[in-house]
Amino acid sequence: MRLRQIFYVFLLGMFVGLSLSGLIYWGFTSIWFGNHLTGNLGRTDVASVTPWLAPIVWEGTFDSRVIDSIYKQQNITIATTVFALGKYTRFLKDFLESAEEHYFVGFRVHFYLFTDQPEEVPNVKLGQERYLTVKTLPSMNRWQDISMSRMEILEKLIENELASEADYIFCLDVDTKFYGRWGVESLGRLVGVIHPWFFNVPRFLFTYEHRPKSQAYIPAGKGDYYYTGAAFGGSLKDVHNLTKTCREQMNIDTANSIEALWHEESHLNKYFLYNKPSKLLSPEYLWRDISMSSGSVKIIRFSHVAKNNAEVRPNL
Amino acid sequence: GNSLRKIAVSFTSCSVIVFPPILVFLGYNSISFGYKEIRLCSNLTKEHQENPSLQSPQGLSYNQPRVVGLNGKVIAVTPWLAPIVWEGTFDSFLIDSIYQQQNITIATTVFALGKYTTFLKAFLESAEQNYFVGFRVHYYLFTDHPEQVPAVKLGEGRQLTVLKVASSNRWQEITLRRMEKLEKLIESRLVNEADYVFSLDVDTKFYGRWGAESLGRLIGVIHPGYYQTSRKRFPYERRPESQAYIPAAEGDYYYGGAVIGGFVKDVYKVAKTCREQLDIDAAKSIEAAWQEESHLNKYFLYNKPSKVLSPEYLWQDFKPNTNEVKIIRFSQVIKNYAAVRPNP
Repeated sequence: MRLRQIFYVFLLGMFVGLSLSGLIYWGFTSIWFGNHLTGNLGRTDVASVTPWLAPIVWEGTFDSRVIDSIYKQQNITIATTVFALGKYTRFLKDFLESAEEHYFVGFRVHFYLFTDQPEEVPNVKLGQERYLTVKTLPSMNRWQDISMSRMEILEKLIENELASEADYIFCLDVDTKFYGRWGVESLGRLVGVIHPWFFNVPRFLFTYEHRPKSQAYIPAGKGDYYYTGAAFGGSLKDVHNLTKTCREQMNIDTANSIEALWHEESHLNKYFLYNKPSKLLSPEYLWRDISMSSGSVKIIRFSHVAKNNAEVRPNL
Repeated sequence: GNSLRKIAVSFTSCSVIVFPPILVFLGYNSISFGYKEIRLCSNLTKEHQENPSLQSPQGLSYNQPRVVGLNGKVIAVTPWLAPIVWEGTFDSFLIDSIYQQQNITIATTVFALGKYTTFLKAFLESAEQNYFVGFRVHYYLFTDHPEQVPAVKLGEGRQLTVLKVASSNRWQEITLRRMEKLEKLIESRLVNEADYVFSLDVDTKFYGRWGAESLGRLIGVIHPGYYQTSRKRFPYERRPESQAYIPAAEGDYYYGGAVIGGFVKDVYKVAKTCREQLDIDAAKSIEAAWQEESHLNKYFLYNKPSKVLSPEYLWQDFKPNTNEVKIIRFSQVIKNYAAVRPNP
């Protein structure tokens, strides 16, 4: 009896011992012990480059310290446009205050604020080397018109004012807020942002303009990503080309009495299909107007805020 | 005794049944690779000319980037968001169509001195099969034995120029002078003749596609021998007296000196800087651990490449294949050092 007991205990011990050593051996060759590298950068759960090798910026793909140090040496200015017409001025305070906390902190930023009610612009204290210029526009009756007219206004702004003043420009919607870092990792020659509702959705569900009559037409079976119209940017020259082209194409559509499904966003998507961005920003850079993050989107940097459309828009 | 036995048996049998599946489950990466559809688009698009250089100051402290992730999947961007080119990250058709419209010329320099001319035939023939097929390529072949250059039939739009250079008794000397020759070639000819230039080692062969996905402002390739190594064990030059010195706490990747590429004017800066630093070292009678490869690594640490090629683009024939390198495009052939080098 004694012997058998010992024998069983021995078997047990052997088995536990073998399992443990197997575990440790396998652990060494796999994820638990990694290799000898201490870096924890590198996302493999999302695509970090496009098929034309433009980087897609996600948390975990870049090192802030390295990237900041590279751009600090370049003495750059980032122009940033927002449009706040009618009741949209109510979004300005949060937008500007959160931008001061998160948006290109430590770099020179010049906000260009377009509004039809300059007296409604809140007094937000800006950090050092950060400027704000208010530009007055006439009011408009349709929010779709307000949205689309941005293209021409941006085109003219770049032509007339920015050439000697900025290196990069970003055009952002104002009914938004910053929640996390938006820094120089977002800079590039031509930068598009993946729409937060379409980033893991198959192409046939993208809301491209599908009517051939519109200049924004994209045939079925074509398309890389669905980009949002709420945020785009790049070098002055490239954004000028983008805004000019979109403006021209929207004018042709107007002459043909057609308005693209998602207005200038449809035209933007067409532009980006045939003039591929040199860098894409993940939906971390423009999230949905609900605060829940999802799966791959581990940090929300910039997001639409919840709004009552009926309340803020001049028309439905 | 009986109950103890029962416990032992049941525990053992539980372990047998439960342990292996747990191990297997934990072993598999439950995170899927993520939705990434490669879309074909035959439409015409513009060239990306990233203008600003990516200079980074010395002494900056940050984690070493991985080349292969913890789960065995490859990393496709550097910490400064330069793409790392691996099979599966790009669409050849799309990339070719983007660059085909730009009517570019790719200059390619090789050095074949002394007995290294024996490598030329395989190099050129395999290049004709794999290297920028369909694009305008101009080989610039530096040799001290022009009569030994084999007659290799080149495809359309491709040409070869032989440039005679003086012989040398030391292979280290030959390798060091390449930077100067490259610098002079760019100054005198390439600025007018080419858009991109690649400088490649000749004791190599192409085995797979090397195409327009490799183009960019400044290109380095990750050395196949060190992409899983800790930066403090990279064979950087570690003597502070040398211009190529890199401290143990710094370093992104170990780049291979066998491949340098980019815009003509950016490669010019590399060649010129490395040549100047090589000269300073020579004046102090110091020769860096891996000659110009050491100086190149120093350059790339503080002037970061805008695109990095994975070890698919520089392999070594004697290395066995690995999981992450799924295709070998360009590789150093096995050579008998004693047979080809002028000195040991």
